Amino acid sequence: MKFLRPLVTLAVLLAAWQALVWATGLPRYILPGPLAVATAFQRNAGLLTQHAASTLTEILLGLFLGVALGTVSAILLASVRSARRWLMPLLVVSQAIPVFALAPLLVLWLGYGMASKIAMATLIIYFPVTSALFDGLRRTEPGWLDLARTMGASGASALWHIRLPAALPAFASGVRVAAAVAPIGAVIGEWVGSSAGLGYLMLHANARMQIDLLFAALFVLGAFAVALYTVTDAVLHRALPWVPESHAFDEKD
Amino acid sequence: MDAFVQADDVPPPLPVTIASARLTYGGTPLFEDLSLRLEPAAVTCLLGPSGVGKTTLLRMIAGLAEPEPPTTVTAGDGRPLAGRIAYMAQQDLLLPWLSVLGNVLLGARLRGERRTPTLVAEARGLLARVGLAGREDDRPASLSGGQRQRVALARTLMEHRPVVLMDEPFSALDAITRLRLGGLAAELLAGRTVLLVTHDPLEALRLGHRVHVMTGFPATVGPALEPPGPPPRAPDDPDVLALQGELLRRLAE
Repeated sequence: MKFLRPLVTLAVLLAAWQALVWATGLPRYILPGPLAVATAFQRNAGLLTQHAASTLTEILLGLFLGVALGTVSAILLASVRSARRWLMPLLVVSQAIPVFALAPLLVLWLGYGMASKIAMATLIIYFPVTSALFDGLRRTEPGWLDLARTMGASGASALWHIRLPAALPAFASGVRVAAAVAPIGAVIGEWVGSSAGLGYLMLHANARMQIDLLFAALFVLGAFAVALYTVTDAVLHRALPWVPESHAFDEKD
Repeated sequence: MDAFVQADDVPPPLPVTIASARLTYGGTPLFEDLSLRLEPAAVTCLLGPSGVGKTTLLRMIAGLAEPEPPTTVTAGDGRPLAGRIAYMAQQDLLLPWLSVLGNVLLGARLRGERRTPTLVAEARGLLARVGLAGREDDRPASLSGGQRQRVALARTLMEHRPVVLMDEPFSALDAITRLRLGGLAAELLAGRTVLLVTHDPLEALRLGHRVHVMTGFPATVGPALEPPGPPPRAPDDPDVLALQGELLRRLAE
């Protein structure tokens, strides 16, 4: 039943989609049916793979860089008081600027290639990771820190052995969010200016009224986002076996 | 402290004196000119209602709260107390990501000491003495409240400190577990200078060589009550029961 349920949902959604196409009689170049999209998939498999590879590279590199930079910043913010005073306002203000508005600038500065898209994904990932980890580092159980002090631990040692591991669950939620938004960053970058990637392919297909191809690219992108989230979630669960799983919102069947 | 000091080796007894202690909260003094002496190699119990400032007094001795002038905390040998106290709180403060053994060895880890076979053997020995042999590799989450506090006791003993400060360490446990654990702690902590803060008169009378009552506003510490016989005393000991009435009377004053 566990695997059957999503399949049933998918089948119902596809049927509803097809029914909508039949009922409204919308032309192919406005709303193609699922079968048309499947055909587009098949016909353009090579093209899709090629562009998907470049988007995936951007997403993964952006994710890596964003998580790495976010981790370093959060540790810096949590451990150096003056860093907190100087960088915190900057961080908040930088978030007030919509990252999408920066996309044209990034393309101007970093060019049409992958660099601007990676920068875009990195930027979009950086903030959730930084704020989640920083929050986790600030919320260490005070009793643990008291204990560490009576045991003669230095500040650095308490950070490494207590505050960081204690912040890992918070960090994990930040990374999960990052994994879910990473594809957005890459695609926005591609929309603004590029010569490869799923975002580029979608714009291109849209302009040529190949809406079935656009849908196919969209599905690949969606599959990436879901797969990325699932893999990240699984890896984080394995890495943090001591974190109690909360099923508070799961219904009991 | 050397790694090859055995668990049975008790550091030389050290008296601690608190004089002219003062604590103000929001402008009003909670206590003023308060003094308390912790006799060497004896358990001093500090009994009092919540909010009287016992925990803050303990934290001042532990170096976790900045003593308000003119408070002085002096060790019998005139050297600073820092690095010579062990602290046990109401919560067990076990780190959920470390194994039981790792938690007992936390002090060494925090001070960057090597995890030598001697050290590990000692930690295992202590775990056996608190009745947790065979549970070394378990995570704290799989232990009961009483077992977790036993691990905390082993962790405290692992520190080889002459002064042990305990802040209501058994108050979160059920009555029978509290009784057993109190007895075990009294046995294992024998020879150390212990301050036990509690609000349970029976516990104080069972475990203390000297029992002080801290009451009033501003609070004062009353003269020591010295129950006859060595702790841990039986909870149905007629002397203990008789003194319990006396203590309750003093507490209510």
